[in-house]
Parts: sequence; structure tokens; C-alpha cells
Amino acid sequence: MAGKEYRTITDVKGPLVFLNKTEPVAFGEIVELRLTDGSMKNGQVLDTSDDLVVVQVFEGTAGVDRTTGVKFLGDVFKLPVSNDLVGRILDGAGRPRDGGPEIIADGKADIIGAAINPYARQSPHDFIQTGISAIDCCTTLVRGQKLPIFSASGLPHNDIALQIARQAKLTASDEQFIVVFCAMGITAEEYNFFRSDLERTGALENAVLFVNLADDPAVERLITPRLALTAAEYLAFEHDYHVLVIYTDVTNYCDALRQIGAAREEVPGRRGYPGYMYTDLAMLYERAGLVKGKKGSITQFPILTMPGDDITHPIPDLSGYITEGQIVISRELHGSGIYPPINVLPSLSRLMGGTIGEKTTREDHKSVSDQMYAAYAQGRELRGLVAIVGEDALNERDKQLLSFSGLFEDKFLRQGRYEDRSIDETLDLCWELMSTIETKYLVRLDQQWIDKYHPDNKE
Amino acid sequence: MSKNGQIYRISGPVVTAIGLNAKMYDVVRVGDEGLMGEVIELHGEKAVIQVYEDTSGVRPGEPVTNTGQTLSVQLGPGLLTQIYDGIQRPLPILLEKMGTFITRGVDADGLDQEKKWTFEPTAKKGDKVEGGHVVGTVQETETIAHKIMIPPNTSGTIKSIKGGDFTVSETVCVLDDGTEIAMMQRWPVRAPRPFKQKYAPDTPLVTGMRILDFLFPLAKGGAAGIPGPFGSGKTVTQQSLAKFSDAQIVVYIGCGERGNEMTEVLDEFPELIDPNTGKPLMNRTVMIANTSNMPVAAREASVYTGITIAEYFRDMGYDVALMADSTSRWAEAMREISSRLEEMPGEEGYPAYLSSRLAEFYERAGRVETLEGEDGSVTVIGAVSPPGGDISEPVSQGTLRIVKVFWGLDAPLARQRHFPAINWLNSYSLYPQSLDQWFKDNIAADFPEVRTEISSLLQVEAELQEIVQLVGSDALPVDQQLTLEVARMIREYFLQQNAFHEIDAFTGVQQQYLMAKAILTFQSEAKNAIEAGGMLEDVVNVPARSNLMRSRFEDNYLDRIEGLVADMTKEIAAAAEEN
Ligand SMILES: Nc1ncnc2c1ncn2[C@@H]1O[C@H](COP(=O)(O)OP(=O)(O)OP(=O)(O)O)[C@@H](O)[C@H]1O
Ligand SMILES: [Mg+2]
Repeated sequence: MAGKEYRTITDVKGPLVFLNKTEPVAFGEIVELRLTDGSMKNGQVLDTSDDLVVVQVFEGTAGVDRTTGVKFLGDVFKLPVSNDLVGRILDGAGRPRDGGPEIIADGKADIIGAAINPYARQSPHDFIQTGISAIDCCTTLVRGQKLPIFSASGLPHNDIALQIARQAKLTASDEQFIVVFCAMGITAEEYNFFRSDLERTGALENAVLFVNLADDPAVERLITPRLALTAAEYLAFEHDYHVLVIYTDVTNYCDALRQIGAAREEVPGRRGYPGYMYTDLAMLYERAGLVKGKKGSITQFPILTMPGDDITHPIPDLSGYITEGQIVISRELHGSGIYPPINVLPSLSRLMGGTIGEKTTREDHKSVSDQMYAAYAQGRELRGLVAIVGEDALNERDKQLLSFSGLFEDKFLRQGRYEDRSIDETLDLCWELMSTIETKYLVRLDQQWIDKYHPDNKE
Repeated sequence: MSKNGQIYRISGPVVTAIGLNAKMYDVVRVGDEGLMGEVIELHGEKAVIQVYEDTSGVRPGEPVTNTGQTLSVQLGPGLLTQIYDGIQRPLPILLEKMGTFITRGVDADGLDQEKKWTFEPTAKKGDKVEGGHVVGTVQETETIAHKIMIPPNTSGTIKSIKGGDFTVSETVCVLDDGTEIAMMQRWPVRAPRPFKQKYAPDTPLVTGMRILDFLFPLAKGGAAGIPGPFGSGKTVTQQSLAKFSDAQIVVYIGCGERGNEMTEVLDEFPELIDPNTGKPLMNRTVMIANTSNMPVAAREASVYTGITIAEYFRDMGYDVALMADSTSRWAEAMREISSRLEEMPGEEGYPAYLSSRLAEFYERAGRVETLEGEDGSVTVIGAVSPPGGDISEPVSQGTLRIVKVFWGLDAPLARQRHFPAINWLNSYSLYPQSLDQWFKDNIAADFPEVRTEISSLLQVEAELQEIVQLVGSDALPVDQQLTLEVARMIREYFLQQNAFHEIDAFTGVQQQYLMAKAILTFQSEAKNAIEAGGMLEDVVNVPARSNLMRSRFEDNYLDRIEGLVADMTKEIAAAAEEN
């Protein structure tokens, strides 16, 4: 059946091509289109029946007409996988982009990816030290977690992602991470920024890059992350790698999804995004974790930009419903010149509670992060009041909290792009800053940790 | 038309077949790999099928075979401690057959067909029996005796019955008309199991969560909805209920949520001890995990699979609690299928029948007289995940119209790390009236009054807070400042409860009552002391009060609380005298 070329296109609409009178075509089958000028495009079957086949064309339908030849390749989309992927740069459809040879495949893996049997999963609880205080102390990253960055346009999410990629390490062992990087519709400039940083630090040799840029076909973005995650699964579960998958920008991915939905005239959900977007995103985000009996792991670090800085927008909202927490970047902090501008208040790591403590980080970590969070939240709230009633109207406790909130941003949050703080350094810094508040107001700290770690008691 | 047809069209999980002789809800095998599906629509000679497995690679023209059965579950010994996917395939078996990833085309029985169970007859030859009558028991786990019942719609006189070790499909009892009864029965998941009559609930489901039991109690046989934005604590609350509530059987459905959350339950429950029986929690638990990335059609089925299992245990006379996390994902599965069917959409793209499906589901909760005349109940607690946390959307609204208990989780509270982040101002329970007798008889005669006092203090606080926002708390008269202090104590000492703290996670109702009384004692003593000339600052900061509050994290608090209150009373009085 593969091999026969049809010229039976009836309609072309957006990224979709409709054709009839074919042999039975499989759902999800890969399609090749030959245009009159001889150029080729790729697509995938979205709907198939005896009468009508709907094909989604990855490169867009520019130039497609009724005389375009359509060939069904007899199989669903698969990625050739092999250990040789490591060190390679591929395009958004999985073809070499680095001028290197084709990948010699050990096998082919279906890119849709099957769900991990929940019974086969192993709970993640290995602490990853990122060297960034705000993350390590307040939203601890755990190996096997999916922890997105909720950012917005013009904010330094890429710097943060790269800093994490450079610095992420386990404190409990010397196992290394390799990076699978997936670009979806980002600019060439952003991409070069990532690539040159990975190159400079030598991480590129141990990375796999899948690249779909802003001027690459939008619909291709729907497969790029699937390719990246397929590579990640292969490397993690067949070759024991600990894989850190960074993909950016999920917002571009969702917009491509919306485009297909509109072309199919589906009933749209909120803000025009398809009703199945939750499920679709889950099929990406859930491809993270650890499984029993395998050494490797997949940790996901997706980046998304919140349209209009709105966290209730469907893209961050549905993501938050699937991922295991989020790191929220703040325009306000960025505006006051703080890097990394992480707003710890709406940020959360759901796997933190089961991870931190004596065995992995330090015995006082939980107590310290609760107190840092509470004091900062209260201090921030007081800023509003001070704007109305003035600082003199505050009582002593509130004055201390207010001043702490400034220190928190200036000393704790703020750090260099190449500053790699150990968890001990981070926690010691917390104690130093908290000691500016009288101990009687630090109600969330356990007395035993005050006795042991408070600067007044340490000397 | 015959038992065999062929595929005409494939659109994701929806497949259309022609030439198939089918009734609605028949289970069919689709394609060369025999994927499992269910007929959900008939159009002339076309049958529309929702397929429970991924359909990539399937082609028109491949065969479709009707099994002639409707989607049903296997009921009998072996359900407890098991974890299933949405169509009752045991995940451990799938792991064995498929490896780490869930592939497709594999069939698996819900109940182990090989394992032998020891059946002890409780009925004897010559007994007249009807559907729902118990004829024997199997000690399924350490704590649960599984009662073997005559399947509904069956009756007769027992011709023979024998004890001993049997597999679930072997005959243990024969009726005079030759009907053979095995320990296993089947039931179609979309039909409620029969009972004699429904009763009004009169007993609380004690959850050990103070805000729930004390302020917004749920009745055994009742239904509750927990809506909340992401990260507000729906799953943590549901898991706490699964751990600590005083149901005899728990059915936990992970419907379209995270894989790791199910793993967590699997890791934790066998280690955790049921506070009500002293035995591992797993013994009373059945789990269903159809995570967000598993096929949506099976997600749609998962809640029915779960509630049918719950009803089955109810029919044995047990109190069953069912948690569904999250019903929004179930509704979305309906929406996804409906849109593939090109049905006319209702609000926000959901099918027009969304609210009736929600109602039918929650209606399967209830306290009933079983066919045998016993008392049994199914309590349903559904999490709801409204987009953007805004509950004006169809699933939240459809749920709130039916359930009598609303536990509203709230993002600002979660952000303040006030857990459980249940908003005490907009949550409600319509059960207190029917449950107050129980609280009066079992806890204290003035229980309803104490509850009213506590909730009105919280109301007053909300009003005062509005003023404080404008002028600061120092501008308030001293009695109102004291009210704020008392309300803060309610929030920090009583409402906040750490689900991960060994001791704090569960509080019995007796202790809840004493804690509430302790707060009221503090209020009245502080008021007296201030009237006697004490300074507010001194009176509220007596060390014995913080000692009272902090000690709730320690063992034997229930026994110590009266002494701690007495100490506090003394110190407050002393604080007044100092001036
Ligand atoms: N009762 C509680 N005690 C302590 N911590 C809690 C409690 N409830 C929630 N939390 C905290 O909030 C986090 C999020 O809770 P949870 O996972 O239950 O949210 P959710 O409402 O189920 O979110 P989603 O809709 O995304 O699944 C938890 O990881 C935990 O840190
Ligand atoms: Mg949840």
C-alpha cells in the first residue's frame, strides 16, 4: 500500500488537506506530499474513513493544490533512536540540522508515547541542587519531577533555565544529567543563546537538541516535543541516563494546537483553545518520572509565557493542573533589577515536602523555608499598608518584617547568573537574614533549630 | 447485520463500524488487535464506538466483533488492595504483560481467576434466597469479611451449598432450578445496583479533619464536592479522607490526574495504619487509576467502574466512601467524546447531558436498606477542577446543584499556606440538622451551640478585617481586638491542620469539641480579665495559651487538654491581677 501516490485532494483548509478515494489509511499514519514544483511536505492522518481522509500538514499547506501527490507511508510517526542521538542537533521533525550524518537507528520508537503504568512508577525523592537559592530553599526540584517555569514575554526565563541546566546536580551522588532541549517556535536569537551557552560549557556534547524556530512551520511544533520526549525516554529507560528535558515555549505549542482545532471547525473551549488541550498537554508532561527497575530518569523543565501575565489563562492554568508545581517569574521583581526574579509566593514544588530534610538537604530546611515564606509574605503585604498609613504607624514586629522583605529580595533572591550556592550556603544565608527579626516573632522555627543554627547561638 | 462488522471511520478514540449488529453499550473488539470499545451511538446501519485504547495505526476495513456483553465489572473476592485502570484491568497484571508502558490489545480479568479463597457458608440447604441475600463469607483481608451474595434478579431455594477453597468462578451454591452461584458476579457499570429503599442520612462520616467534621460535616451516604484551583489541596484532602475517614471500605478513583499521585498512595497505604481498626489501610481500599495520559474513553468509564464496586460493598452492609479526583477530568472526557461525535454542544462545549450525568452519578450515593435488609451506604466525594479556579463554570455548577456539602478550596488561603485551604466563609453543609442528634448523643449536648459560636466568630472577624484593612487593628476598641485574637486562634489552632503531620493529621470529634471549647474558654476568660483591668497584650500572650496550642502536635492531647486549659485560665487571671 505504501508507495501509491494519490491525486485526490478535494479541499485544503489552513494546515489541513482533505482527500478521498484512497485505499484504507491508518489513523495517525504518516503522509508525504509532493508539490507540483517537486518540493516535499510531511503530514499525519487525523481522521480516516472509506470516504474521506483528513491530513494535517506539518509544514503548512502553502503551495498545495489539487494536483499535489499524496503518499501514505504505512506507519505512524516514529523516531529513529540510538545512543548516537547524544550530541546531535535535529530539526523540529527530527532531521539532522547540524550537517551531521543521518542517525543510524538501533530501533524506532512511536513518538506519541504510551502512558507509564502508574503501578510501574517509582516515587521521586532525590534532591536536585540547582544552586539557585529561591528554588533550592522554597520550591525544591526533585529528580523525576515536572516543574514548569511560568514566565512572560521579556523576562529572563531562558537565563534561569540555562543556569539550572549548568548547575543542576545531585548532592547525594555524582550522577550527571544530560540535557534534551526542545525549541518550539522561539526566535533564532533565543535559540543561539541556548546553543552557545551549552556549547561553551561543554554540555552540548552531552545534549540532544530538537529545534523548531519561529519561522519554521507552526504545525510541526505539535511533533517536536514528542520527538524530544521520545528521545528522552529512550535515553533514560534504555541507556540509564538522567535526562533533564527543557522545552520552550509551551505557549507556541498550544497556539499550534489551537490552529488545528480551528481548521477542523471544532467547538472551541476557553479562549479558542481546544477542549482536549488538558489531555494533550498531559501526554507531554506525564512523560516524566522514574520507573521501577530502571536506573534513568526524566525531569522536565517546561517553559511557558503567560499571555498578558495572566496565570488564569488556559495555558498556565491547564499546565498547573498537570505539573508538580510551578516556578513563577515576576515582572515586578525583574523591573526592580533582581535576578532571578522568582516570586516564591505563587511558586510551589509539590514534591518538596516528601524530599527535603536531614537525609537529603538539611534537618532545618522545612522549618526554615516555612519561616522564610511566611515572613516574606507578611512583609510584602505590609508594603501595601505602608503606602497608605506610612511606616511610622507600624508596630515593631511589622517594621522588622517589612525590612526583612527587602533583604529577602536583595540578598536571598538576588544572585549572579554564574553563582552556584550550595544548599548549606542557601540555608545559612536564610538564618542570617532571619536573624534581623527578633526570635520571638519567628514562630515557625523549631526551637531546636534556633538553638543550633541561629547566628546568635552559633558563635 | 451480524456479530461481525467492519471499521468505516476512525477519529481518535471514536470509531464508526458498519454491518455490526449491536445494541447500545455493547462491548466490542475493534480492529486486528481487538481493542476494547463500547457502542455509544447507533445511526442507521452505523454503530459509533468509543475505544478504550489508543487507535493509532488502525485502518478502515479492519474487523469489529460484538461480544454481546455490556461494559461490566467482575465483583467478588480479590477487589480489595487492587489497583485497576478505568475498565477494571489490574495494573499489576498489565505491568506483567506489557512492561513499563501501557500498550494495547491486552485483556485482563478484574479478579484473579486462579486464586483460591476459603468460602464459609452462612446459608444452608433448603433456605429460600433472593438477589442480594448473603449465602457465605470469605475473609478477604485481615479486616474485611467479603460477603458472597446471590446476584440481583436471581432467586430460589438452595439445593446444595459447600464450604472450602474455591476460585471465584467455581460453583459454591446451587439453587433448585439448577442455577449455579459462584463467588464472582458481573454487573454493568452504567446501571445502579438495586436496593430496597433509601434512608435519610443520620450519621456523620467522621473524617478527622477539624474544619470538615466540626463546621461542614458530611453524612454517611451523602455527597460532597471539593472545587478548587490547581495546587489548592484537592488531592491532599481526598487522600486524607481516604486515610482517616471512618468508612469501612474506600474506593479511590484517580480520574485523569497524575501518575505519581497514585504511586504515592500505593507506597503509603500499605504502611499506614487505619486509626479505626489498627490494621494497614490498604486492607479496605480499592484503587482505580486512569491517569491524564491514559485513554480518555477509559477515563470516562472509570467513575462508573468505581461507583459500581462501591455499591457492591454497600450491598454487603458496609459503609463505603468513594473519592473521585477529579470529576472535571471525567466531564472533559465526556466533552471530548461528544465533540468527536459532532454532537450539538451545550455550555463551554460540554455535552447538553453533562448535568444529568453528574446528577445520575451523585445519585448513586446514599444510605440504603440493602436487599437483605441491612444498612449500607455509599458516600461520594468529588473533586472539581474549575478552569482558572472560577466556579461559575458548568461542572462546578452542575455539581453544586446536587451535592449537599460544598468544601470550597481557595487560592489565597493556599498561598498563605493556610491548610486545608477550605474557605470557611463560603463553604457549607446542608447536613447539620440531620446530624445534630448524633453529635448531641455521642459528643456533647451543646455541640450545635458551640459550632454556631465558632462560626459566628469567624463571620464577625471577616467584617472586622474589612475595617482593619483601612485603619489598622490598633484603631479598634479593645473588645473587638480581642475578637480578632480569638478568631486568629480559631484559624491557627483549629482550622489549620497539617495533613502530613503524624498526629495533627487526624483529630477525633471528641477532641475537636474540646479544642473548640478551649477557644471559647479563652475568649470568656480573656474578656473577664480585661474587664478586671488586664492589658490585652498581657492577657492574650500568656505562655500557657501557646502551650495549649502547640501541644496539639503531641501524643495524648485529648487527655491533656483539660489540664492545659486550666493552666491557661490561671495565667490569664494572674495577668489581670498584675495590673
Ligand atoms: N492539608 C494540607 N496540609 C499540608 N499541606 C497541604 C495541605 N493541602 C495542600 N497542601 C499543599 O498544597 C499542595 C497542593 O495540594 P494538592 O496537590 O492537593 O492540590 P490540588 O488541588 O489537588 O491541585 P491539582 O488540581 O493541580 O491536582 C501540596 O503539595 C501541599 O504542599
Ligand atoms: Mg490534585
